[in-house]
Amino acid sequence: MRTSFVFSEVVTGLRRNVTMTIAMILTTAISLGLLGGGLLVVRMVDKMQANYAGKLEVSVLLTNDVSANDKDCTQQPCSGLRSQLEQTSGVETVVFQNRDEGFERFKRIFEAQPELLKLARPEAIPATFRVKLEDPERTDVIRQAFEGKPGVKAVDDQGKFLERFFEGLNGLRDVALILALIQAFAALLLISNTIQVSAFTRRVEVGIMRLVGATRWYTQLPFLIEAVVAGIIGAVTAVAGLVLFKAFFLDRITRNLTESGLIPPTGYLDILFVSPWLFLVAIVISATTGYVTLRLYVRL
Amino acid sequence: MIRLEHVSKVYKTSTRPALDDVSVEMEKGEFVFLIGPSGSGKSTFLRLLLREEVPTRGRVYVSNFDVAKMSRRRVPRLRQSIGCVFQDFRLLPTKTVAENVAFALEVIGKPRNTIVKVVPEVLQLVGLDGKEDRFPTELSGGEQQRVAIARAFVNRPLVLIADEPTGNLDPDTSQDIMLLLERINRTGTTVIMATHDHGIVDSMRRRVVELSYGKVVRDDARGVYGVGR
Repeated sequence: MRTSFVFSEVVTGLRRNVTMTIAMILTTAISLGLLGGGLLVVRMVDKMQANYAGKLEVSVLLTNDVSANDKDCTQQPCSGLRSQLEQTSGVETVVFQNRDEGFERFKRIFEAQPELLKLARPEAIPATFRVKLEDPERTDVIRQAFEGKPGVKAVDDQGKFLERFFEGLNGLRDVALILALIQAFAALLLISNTIQVSAFTRRVEVGIMRLVGATRWYTQLPFLIEAVVAGIIGAVTAVAGLVLFKAFFLDRITRNLTESGLIPPTGYLDILFVSPWLFLVAIVISATTGYVTLRLYVRL
Repeated sequence: MIRLEHVSKVYKTSTRPALDDVSVEMEKGEFVFLIGPSGSGKSTFLRLLLREEVPTRGRVYVSNFDVAKMSRRRVPRLRQSIGCVFQDFRLLPTKTVAENVAFALEVIGKPRNTIVKVVPEVLQLVGLDGKEDRFPTELSGGEQQRVAIARAFVNRPLVLIADEPTGNLDPDTSQDIMLLLERINRTGTTVIMATHDHGIVDSMRRRVVELSYGKVVRDDARGVYGVGR
């Protein structure tokens, strides 16, 4: 097989249908970009789950009355609640945090947002039991037992909050993946169409090739490679798009959240990790589509 | 060399068979005219040899190939041993004379050094030396057909199939093309030529196989186009 011949055919083919080729590349790129975005969200959720695993706590918030008057949790109902918590099965540790400590912690977390700190008053922060469970999933036990007891204002389950947050992220991922799928379908049709147009414009050449006894591979390979090359260019564009999206958009809107440690930052390394998959998907899809099109719709 | 045994071909879209129980044998090195009116089955005959079509019944042999029975994978091998020339030349307008001829070798994977050696040789054989770098549009009809013949012959096929090669040419040019085909025939290549050209058939006095409604109605060893015409 003469590779130089095949590649010169590929280049002429791509140049000849330049508008179709561009459409094909852009559609592929958008599809892969969305897929990449979805995969980045998956990575982010995984990282967050790893980060938070074992750190999740249930907070039992105490009423304003208790928060103001019982700094060391020596009186009722605070001390009673504490011993009840400690005796509940499945509880690992119970830490009491009074209003001042809570306020300090709040200041630490939101260091990056001085405007928020300016508005905050210690009176808004309740004294809290921070309860760590042996099994972080079993938060309902605490909630059922302590919600509504005298001195308890609310039971705040970080897990529940995080779950909602993950649900939001997973929703985002699903939307990205569904859009990616729709775009991939469009890309598929475009690839198929481009190959058909390409085969039609080259029907004289292909006719001669068949007649002089070129093998099926020789006649079809240029079309296949054409599709795959367009797919790869699409993948490159998609990766470039993700990098630009991160550099100029994502970094800016998530800066506060990542600096305060709420969500892990998305790095270039994450994009690097995701991009081989995009290339793989691009190559597999374009090659398969090309092959099926040649088999079914183009008589070579 | 070429043998058809009780070959019939019925196209799905037609009730009348395009070929009807045809049995013919052609020897290596023969020059055969295939004549008959339009629709008599000449093109189907040639397409069967190339395995562009498969017969509905009967068997087709070309060289060592059992054409009707062979697997699709082996078809390229068969076609590499057959050269083809058409009425409409079928040259690639974006390639030069030499490139058009080289194309036939490139696409079957011949090495570059073979190509640069044999292309000038065959161009000289067909009388086009000095015109290697012209484009088909810059050539006369006769010259274009010479390029097509060079392309068909460059891989030294066992059989050369010519489907009305002089159909688009004036009588003098046609005569030149016939001389060229004769020269190729003298190298031992079997030539099968479908034609309507009385003058050529009558002057060459070669074997004539006449088809009518898909049947062989005449097979003369040294024939003319039509008796009494």
